[in-house]
This record gives sequence, structure tokens and C-alpha cells, in this order.
Amino acid sequence: MTTTPTSRSLVPVLEVDDVSVTFGGRAVLDHVSFEIAPGEFTGLIGSNGVGKTTLLRVILGLQKTTSGTIRVLGQPLRHRSRSLGYVPQKVILDPDVPLRARDLVALGVDAHRFGLRRRSREDKDRVEEMLDAVDALGFADARVGSLSGGEQQRVLIAHALISRPSLLLLDEPLANLDPKSVQEIVALLHRVSVQHDVAVLLSAHEMNALLPVMDRIVYVTNGKAASGTTEEVVRTDVLSELYGHHVDVLQLHGRVLVVAEPSADTDHLPSHATLHLD
Amino acid sequence: MKFLFAPGFTSSGPVHVALALGAMVAIVSALVGVFTVVRSQSFAGHALTDVATAGGAGAGYLGVNALAGFVVGSLTGGVAMETIGVHRVRSRDVATGIVLGAATGCSALFFYLAANAGSSTGSTQRILFGSLFEVAPDTLPIVGLLSVVTVAALALIGRALLLSSVSPEMATVGGISTRSVGVIFMLTLAVSVGLSSVAIGAILSTALLIGPAASALRMARTIRGAMLLACVLGVVATSLGVLLAYDSYNWSSRHTPLPVSFFVVVVVVVTYALTYVPVLRRRATTGRS
Repeated sequence: MTTTPTSRSLVPVLEVDDVSVTFGGRAVLDHVSFEIAPGEFTGLIGSNGVGKTTLLRVILGLQKTTSGTIRVLGQPLRHRSRSLGYVPQKVILDPDVPLRARDLVALGVDAHRFGLRRRSREDKDRVEEMLDAVDALGFADARVGSLSGGEQQRVLIAHALISRPSLLLLDEPLANLDPKSVQEIVALLHRVSVQHDVAVLLSAHEMNALLPVMDRIVYVTNGKAASGTTEEVVRTDVLSELYGHHVDVLQLHGRVLVVAEPSADTDHLPSHATLHLD
Repeated sequence: MKFLFAPGFTSSGPVHVALALGAMVAIVSALVGVFTVVRSQSFAGHALTDVATAGGAGAGYLGVNALAGFVVGSLTGGVAMETIGVHRVRSRDVATGIVLGAATGCSALFFYLAANAGSSTGSTQRILFGSLFEVAPDTLPIVGLLSVVTVAALALIGRALLLSSVSPEMATVGGISTRSVGVIFMLTLAVSVGLSSVAIGAILSTALLIGPAASALRMARTIRGAMLLACVLGVVATSLGVLLAYDSYNWSSRHTPLPVSFFVVVVVVVTYALTYVPVLRRRATTGRS
């Protein structure tokens, strides 16, 4: 059977198939499987230390799996060439280095090429376009190190998007941002995801801000993951099975709270993971 | 005018060699220095000067060209640091410290042996603190060749180097081999330290590597601008150093010229200090308002 353009676009951008990672005998990821379709906005939700960063690093090829396979656009990792964009959690940008926001974005175009070839008109236009897409034109000529956390986040997103990846991965992009910046970054990510036809996989320990935009949730705890729509996953039976003990998903005034009986082994639970259900 | 141009300055052969060599070395050091500062590898750069010292001392004892000793020593040190684990930030300081210690021990041995052999009066002084006026003219072409190769290598990996110093993980995801880029940079750093050891001495080469680059990074608006400015500042420092040292012959009635390396370092340090003037002035104005 011949591959039509339609059927090709149905290949998931990401397939995580039965992936496990073990550090010193401890399973950080325990048989994790999920898929992301093209253009899908996915939240990777879980408390700190449950394996979200490890999962992102494994997908990016920065870390080896103990078992299982990962495919990007149907290709195994070694054959992915720049099909992923990445915004790490901690990028320490030195205010004493005269690297402008636009310079960092431009490095996304040509840092992997040898030499100091002049940037073409086309490349420069693309840099402007990406700066515009993340609302960063206003501080494009400022040193990145001197920008605020939210502004740096925008520049890093533009850098990651400029190589036209099919999947953008962000590690805790909402941590350490004030509530207003959180709203802005979520809205911005949703907008670029639609406009630039890129799937987004974003890790967060708080799902609240993401509920309006998430197509899919991958809920992680103790190295295990459940994936689906929020309605499919954020339920008493599904999360209780995932946690390995009873948790309640409560609806209160149109919001949903995930709560567990207080005990020593449930300290890692989010104390007030809330969920809007409209 | 007598202060600016002491008799014979423009016509002296050693002065021409000193100016040409100083300029070449300053440019290589400035360009490598910008990346050294951006990557926070100043300590590694300084450790390499100690290895270069050992190489120079060894060359002095064996009666080989000092430049060969400096470059071979520095390159050996660079490879040793990369092998021990300079690529991992956590083990970087340890690797650098171990290599530094080993090299200084070797320097002690070679200097002792050379002094006992009595073959090379004043060579210890020259290896540690250099003298642009005592460089043989036939060293120039070799320095020129090494300079061109180093700058070319740096141009080749420049952008990858910049991105991997911002975030090694972003660079890796972007298709860059941060390991290879790091090794190539370490080699350019080693050659640059070897070259500036000939010019202003192994111990002082850190000043020429870090000083102009750090000043330029504070003042420039772009990395490209910082690289150009660092070159200018470096060349000004070596040229002005040569001029002042030549002139210092007439400063006292005893006619003892002061070391050129001293003047180069003075210019470098004063320039760096001057970059803080706008900051202080800004603070003064905001304080008043």
C-alpha cells in the first residue's frame, strides 16, 4: 500500500514504548509507554523527583534507556536529526556575556554548522519571525543574561523552535515564574504550537495552569505513567492504581482536587493538585 | 616627543620583531581568551601556563627552542586535562589542579638541573617572565603559522562553542558533539598559551589571555564586537609595552631598561580597571538623583 500524505501525518511524533531506566538497582522509570500525535499539547505531570526529567532526557537521547524503545516520527533515536527542540529547566545565562537575545535565537539556525558563514537574508528573517512569535522583539538586542526569567524563557523557546522541530520539549518551564508569567507562557506555547504546527511536551508539578490547553496528560508517579485525556486519567480509579494506594479525585465548585489520606508514604503527593472540569 | 619615541625606536630590528610577535600573540590570545572567559575556563588556562613553564624549562635544560618546549608542554597538559575529565564540570577543577601540581614539580626539577649545569644564565627569568626583545627573528614564521592554524580552528567551531557554553544539553540536542568541540577548544587554548609564553613569559601569559578578553566582554554589545575589541586591546597592550620598555632605558641615569612583560601587564590591568569607570560614574549619578 502506498503512503499517502494523510497517512504519513498520522505517524505519532513520539512513541515511548515500554521504557525503563534503572539507576543503581532503583527503577526511575518503570515500563513507561505513551504516544504523542502531531501537534498535540501534552503535559507531563508529577511531583518533583518522580522521573519527569529522566523521561525527557531519555527522549532527547541525553540518557540511555535500560530497556524499551523511543521513536520520533517513526525513527529510532540515532536517526533523528534535529527533529526535537529542547528548553532545559536550568540555563544559567551570564549577564557579563554580550550575547543578545537575537544571537541566541540565531544559534539555533547554524551553531551545528562548521565555520562562520554569514547569515543569509532568509536566516535573519526567520530569526525576526521567531522573536516576533514569542513576543521578544522588544528586548531582542538586550543581553540574554540581563533579562527576566519569563523573558529568557521566551528567547529559549524561540531558539528551540527555529530549527522547525516536530516536537518541542520543555523541562518545568513554569517553575520559578510569577502567576502572570505562567499564564503568558502557557498561552504563548499553545499559540506557537498551533501556528507552527509543533507538538509540545512540557513537564510541570502543577497541572492547573495547563488544563485549558492540554490535549493529553501523562501523569507520572514513582516511575510509572498513565496517559490519556485529563478526563480519562485524572480519576479516582486510574490515579489510585497508579499511586498503588487509594487517592480521591474530588470535584469542588467545578474544580478537581487529588487528595490522599495523610500518612508517611504519601508525603510525595501534591498537596493540592487541582483540576478544573468545565 | 622624546618620551614617545626614544632614539632608534623605529629603526631597531629587535623592536620590529617584538612588535610583530607581540601583535600576533595578542590577537590569538584575545580570540581564544573571549571563549575562555565565556566558558569560565580561566583556571584551566592558568594551569596550562604552568605546564608550559615545565615545557619551557625542559627545553632550556635540553638546549631546544623554548617555543617548542612551551607548545609541546601546554598541548600535553591540555590533553591530560581532557583525559582526566575536564569535560565534566564537576571534575574540571580537580583535573586542572592535579595537572597544575604535576607540572610545577617538573618545572622545579628542570630549573634545578639547568642551574646546576650552569649552561643557561638568565633562562629561568626568561621562561617565567619572557622578553619580547630577546626572541630570535626566525621564530616569527613558526609563531605566524601556529597563529593562523589556531584562529582557523576557532573560526570553524566558534558558534558550536558558544552554544555549548550557554547549555551543553541544548547544543547536544541541536546536533553538536560537545565533546569534540571541547577537545578542539582545549587544543587551541594550549597553543595560545604556548605562544604567549614566548612573548611575555609562561607565568604572565594568563594576563594576555584573560585581560583583554574580559575587558572587551564588559564593553562590547555583541560577541563579534568583543572579539574585535579584545584583539585591539591586546595589540595596544603589547605595542605600548614594547614602547615603554624601550623608552625606560632613558628613565634613570643608570640606563637599566625595565622588563617589557611588566609594561604589557600594566596596560592590560589598567584597561580592565578602566572598564569599571562607567559603572562607578553611573552609581554616582543615580546616588545623587
